[in-house]
Amino acid sequence: MSWLRPKSNSDHGVAPSFATSVGAKGGRSGCPEPPNGDAILVDHITKKYGDFTAVDDVSFTVKQGEIFGLLGPNGAGKSTLIRMMTTLLPITGGRALINGFDVSKEPDSARQCMGVIPQALTSDIDLTVEENLSIYAKLYGVDAEHRKRNIDELLETVDLTKWRHAQTKTLSGGMRRRLEIARGLVHSPKIFFLDEPTTGLDPVSRVSVWEMLTRIKNSRDLTILITTHYMDEADRLCDRIAIVDHGKLVALDSPAALKASVPGTNVIEAQFVNAPADWQQELEKLDEVTSVQPEAAHMYRILTGNGSQTTTGLVELAVRKGIQVKSLSVQNTTLDDVFVHFTGRQLRDEQVKAFSFVMPDRPGMRP
Amino acid sequence: MNRMWAIVERELRKFFRSPALMLVSMVFPLVQLIVLGNAFGGKIKEARLGVVDQDGGTQSVKVREALAAVEANAHTFYPVDYDSDQQAMEDVRNGRLDGAIVIPPEYSRRVYEENHPRIALIVDNTDNFMSSTLESEFSDLVKALNNPDVDPSRISQQITLDTVELYPYIEYMKYLLPGSIALAMFVSVMIGGGMLYIDDKARGVHEGYLVTPITKFELVAGLNIAGAIKAILAGIVITVLGALLSGLGTIFIPQNFLWVLLMILVTSLAFNTMMFLMMVRVEDPLVPRATFGVLNTLLFFPSGAIYPIKAFPSWLRWIAYIDPFSYSVHGLKALLLKDAGFVAIRGDLAFLTISAAVMITVATMLFKRTL
Repeated sequence: MSWLRPKSNSDHGVAPSFATSVGAKGGRSGCPEPPNGDAILVDHITKKYGDFTAVDDVSFTVKQGEIFGLLGPNGAGKSTLIRMMTTLLPITGGRALINGFDVSKEPDSARQCMGVIPQALTSDIDLTVEENLSIYAKLYGVDAEHRKRNIDELLETVDLTKWRHAQTKTLSGGMRRRLEIARGLVHSPKIFFLDEPTTGLDPVSRVSVWEMLTRIKNSRDLTILITTHYMDEADRLCDRIAIVDHGKLVALDSPAALKASVPGTNVIEAQFVNAPADWQQELEKLDEVTSVQPEAAHMYRILTGNGSQTTTGLVELAVRKGIQVKSLSVQNTTLDDVFVHFTGRQLRDEQVKAFSFVMPDRPGMRP
Repeated sequence: MNRMWAIVERELRKFFRSPALMLVSMVFPLVQLIVLGNAFGGKIKEARLGVVDQDGGTQSVKVREALAAVEANAHTFYPVDYDSDQQAMEDVRNGRLDGAIVIPPEYSRRVYEENHPRIALIVDNTDNFMSSTLESEFSDLVKALNNPDVDPSRISQQITLDTVELYPYIEYMKYLLPGSIALAMFVSVMIGGGMLYIDDKARGVHEGYLVTPITKFELVAGLNIAGAIKAILAGIVITVLGALLSGLGTIFIPQNFLWVLLMILVTSLAFNTMMFLMMVRVEDPLVPRATFGVLNTLLFFPSGAIYPIKAFPSWLRWIAYIDPFSYSVHGLKALLLKDAGFVAIRGDLAFLTISAAVMITVATMLFKRTL
């Protein structure tokens, strides 16, 4: 009748390290040090829905203190993957260890050690900012003294102290997201999961969320895993990125190393007037060019090992053939190029999932 | 168990921030109480009765005097003179008259000759209430015309029937009150119970709670306790308001009020766990809204709140036997209308408590801890 007996931290049986961790029930969430420094271990994890495989044999580890990104288009399986790691979905095959706890066998211990920000906004709009934080803290068993201290500190960190007693429905989307980040940290977890943290936010809010995450990471001993389909977010925030496509792990390395692994570190985007039909082949013959991709409106995206050399060659070619160059820009490889290299598609091509019924927002909510 | 109380706290804070929801869940049973109470409990008044006097003799005058007496006192009907019985029958048929009485020719002579005198009563028997009222009025009238002036109960050889009424006269609205209190709790549970969690699920809000270490039992118990508290509040408000509206004073005796409170408490738990169990695997927010009306009818009307269970056909009786509503209504009737004590309601309390315990156990087992 284990389902009837409430599980407590002492159930996981890791007695010695449990006793030594600071503040077993309070400020520190009572999470022991992970066995060999791996905050997260994902081992041949699979998720099948009947015949459809959403996540196919993915393995990776995340070291303590890292910011780790899962990058991929919508429908790639990132959300499924993170939901399995955060105990929201049962695992079909393989295993995931959070702070040394197997999420299938010891879910409550794993949950105690992690903070999760799901993709949907899950804070209660009828409650105030403080109530949201306080009730969540109670769900994690944070005692009253630590609760107060943590809430004060977190409101300061996410810059919502003035809004402490405001009802959540009066907050903007960006502010709600900040509230939820605070909520996820109220029990001082060691591992922090964020599922698409800036999707749907305006550019200013996105930057403020990034800055906040970096600040939080620097001031606490935290391991962060985020999923995203934004290249700039992954590039800017993450120490290492795993590229996920159609449920498979396609590449895994730091952003710099990934970009370096794509042959041709420079990208030239050039637009021409009256280009002939075989222009792509002509461009491919230039020195150091590794690939040429035609895009809309006579725009060509050229990957090359040496930007300046190819640029000179390109201009000379255009002058020789009498083709006018409308615009020209040289840039470094982006993660999108990395994605194209590994999957053959652009990260920008996203599929939109259809929903059969979407709950309308409650009236009075700000967008 | 602190986590369970955190869920209760969350639900109640949300509830008190939206008083509109509270009001709506109480208005419906109150309106039903007032409208049904007055729509059903009345007596027929001012029916139109056609009178065709084809005789015109002294005995027919007596009949007409009797009709005038009814018109003046009980106001059950008022007579309208007609010349032709065909016309009267036609008017009953097309609804211009509610009934017609025809005194045939030679009626007075037949009375004197003691030769089977008859009066015709024409009724529209598509309307059961109306026709049975008229029939019973006229049976009494004919009996009065027949009987001598001495009250038969004074004659020692006759068997007479003495009725002993145990309680003072209860108007229909008072009779309805126990059912309305149970209904108020049911409506509160529908709106504030199962539906809210399904809405949360549809918005993805429940994910925020599933990632915490809260156990299935704590989550289910917390949601059910919160729903029951809301239902208890609705029940108390309707009890007080309904008692004032229908003129029922029993609840204002402290001891009675405590028993009523206990009844309300176990009813709320039983209803909430029942609705929660029904909705435990439902994902679509339209389902509870679509089934609200069906469940209301299926559970409320067979409970005996409006009409006695003993009058039901056997298949409907079986619904009544397993329906928590029936036990709640029975217990509340005993407390409110009969001023009874613990002995009268202990069976109801037992059924409701045990069914609540069983349903919450099954609901916990069926509850999905993952998405």
